[in-house]
Amino acid sequence: MKILVPVKRVLDYNVKPRVKSDGTGVDLANVKMSMNPFDEIGIEEAIRLKEKGVATEVVAVSVGPAKAQETLRTALAMGADRAILVQTDDDVEPLALAKIFKAIADVEAPGLVILGKQAIDGDNNQTGQMLAALTGWAQGTFASAVNVEGDHVSVTREVDGGLETVKLKLPAIVTTDLRLNEPRYASLPNIMKAKSKPLDTKTPADYGVDTTPRVKMVKVSEPPVRSAGVKVADVDELVAKLKAMGVHS
Amino acid sequence: MKTLVWVEHDGSAVKDATLAVVTAASKLGEVHLLVAGSGVDAVAKEAAQIAGVGKVHVADNAAFGHNLPENVAPLVAELMASHDAFLAPATTTGKNIAPRVAALLDVMQISEILSVEGPKTFTRPIYAGNAIATVESSDAKLVLTVRGTAFDKAATSGGSGTIEAVGAGSDAGISTFVGAEIAKQDRPELTSAKIIVSGGRALGSSEKYQEVIVPLADKLNAALGASRAAVDAGYVPNDYQVGQTGKIVAPQVYFAIGISGAIQHLAGMKDSKTIVAINKDEDAPIFQVADFGLVADLFSAVPDLTAKI
Repeated sequence: MKILVPVKRVLDYNVKPRVKSDGTGVDLANVKMSMNPFDEIGIEEAIRLKEKGVATEVVAVSVGPAKAQETLRTALAMGADRAILVQTDDDVEPLALAKIFKAIADVEAPGLVILGKQAIDGDNNQTGQMLAALTGWAQGTFASAVNVEGDHVSVTREVDGGLETVKLKLPAIVTTDLRLNEPRYASLPNIMKAKSKPLDTKTPADYGVDTTPRVKMVKVSEPPVRSAGVKVADVDELVAKLKAMGVHS
Repeated sequence: MKTLVWVEHDGSAVKDATLAVVTAASKLGEVHLLVAGSGVDAVAKEAAQIAGVGKVHVADNAAFGHNLPENVAPLVAELMASHDAFLAPATTTGKNIAPRVAALLDVMQISEILSVEGPKTFTRPIYAGNAIATVESSDAKLVLTVRGTAFDKAATSGGSGTIEAVGAGSDAGISTFVGAEIAKQDRPELTSAKIIVSGGRALGSSEKYQEVIVPLADKLNAALGASRAAVDAGYVPNDYQVGQTGKIVAPQVYFAIGISGAIQHLAGMKDSKTIVAINKDEDAPIFQVADFGLVADLFSAVPDLTAKI
């Protein structure tokens, strides 16, 4: 079984995003970019399934600028077998992404597509579910455990209030949640090896997908700032403040 | 505009998350509801009482019993032939279903709206709430998820919706529900609680969380929360997590105890009406957003607070 894993190059999660003063977006010039953390978990899960003998090949795919190659090389260094870069400088929305992944899935015929539940830049949380709709496959979103059993996959999902398990017919779509696994670091020899692994470059047009945005970004602004209040001297003063607000047992 | 609102329920009652969505939908136009599930008569009757609702579409079928998106999304897509906007709460259920509906309709969804600025214009958080985007849809129909803490809750009475059965529905046959482990708590749900008591890494252990945090929450009839650090350290289960990757909350009062206030945690609670922070590190970032800050050792201050409040 082949596993397809889309990965996105995003602002590193440790970097505090800064809104551009002209309100057109978040400043991405000269800041550290990394693989979306949820996608890293997706790559890790796919590699583990290959190590268990469940999967035979792991294909990483990214839609983005030429620099997204670096993200794909990271995936290859972690253990993916080959990569596809669908190169574009446009900001591609989840719906168009899903259409590109659908076209790739038609060619590659994977048994599983594992995506991050959301990218930490746009926070849309849509692409996996949309891909499931377009392929007509079942979806196991926000996964904290994935077990392939014959022609089915059992997915434990992190839902509000607890966990839920669903059994899906393969091929299927899985989106990752944080606790699915802890991604490995690529070793230096593997980083070197990754440089010679195959990486195909395509464009959205190769897949017949129009990436014109459907949603117009009118402006991006800073969130309202919350100002600090007062420090209280001791518990008694805190109790008094709370009681004044009507907070007591 | 005719809107269709996904009613979130547990099989017997309407969940609070629905009420904020009704308010958001009412800013767009007529509010119609969809109650999908198995044996949901009582839910439909309750939903019809919500202030301001028109039709309540009821899809009662075993195939809809566990909100499986493979079965539910085609039903919603079909109903959207006669509606202009589909709105669901930004809960794990809403997030699971809405994008599948959007793709079936060839619509680009707008996720977690914070406000309605115009018939097709909304604000939404990006970068974990570190920036707010104002966006405008150019699609013929709208698919939206709604952040519950950003809208007032519609009143649960005073409405007189008309209940109408729809869609026979069918099982797509590609997914089955196996089971759920839902933590049963004898206290309010995190996302709808008026008071939340959250504990962080500084507690040091699961036992200390139970010893220090729980009694205060018990006394105030509050929900229990935690920072990601406390969850990662195994003090409490994941569903306690407040933050960018956990739950987004906005209670009347939020107690952050032994929580330093990482960006990722602040993203989940900074809309709380009043924030109380107790931390022994006076430079902790949590104090920059706290209305009342107490620099103290939590192991003595919290039991003292519990005793005196």
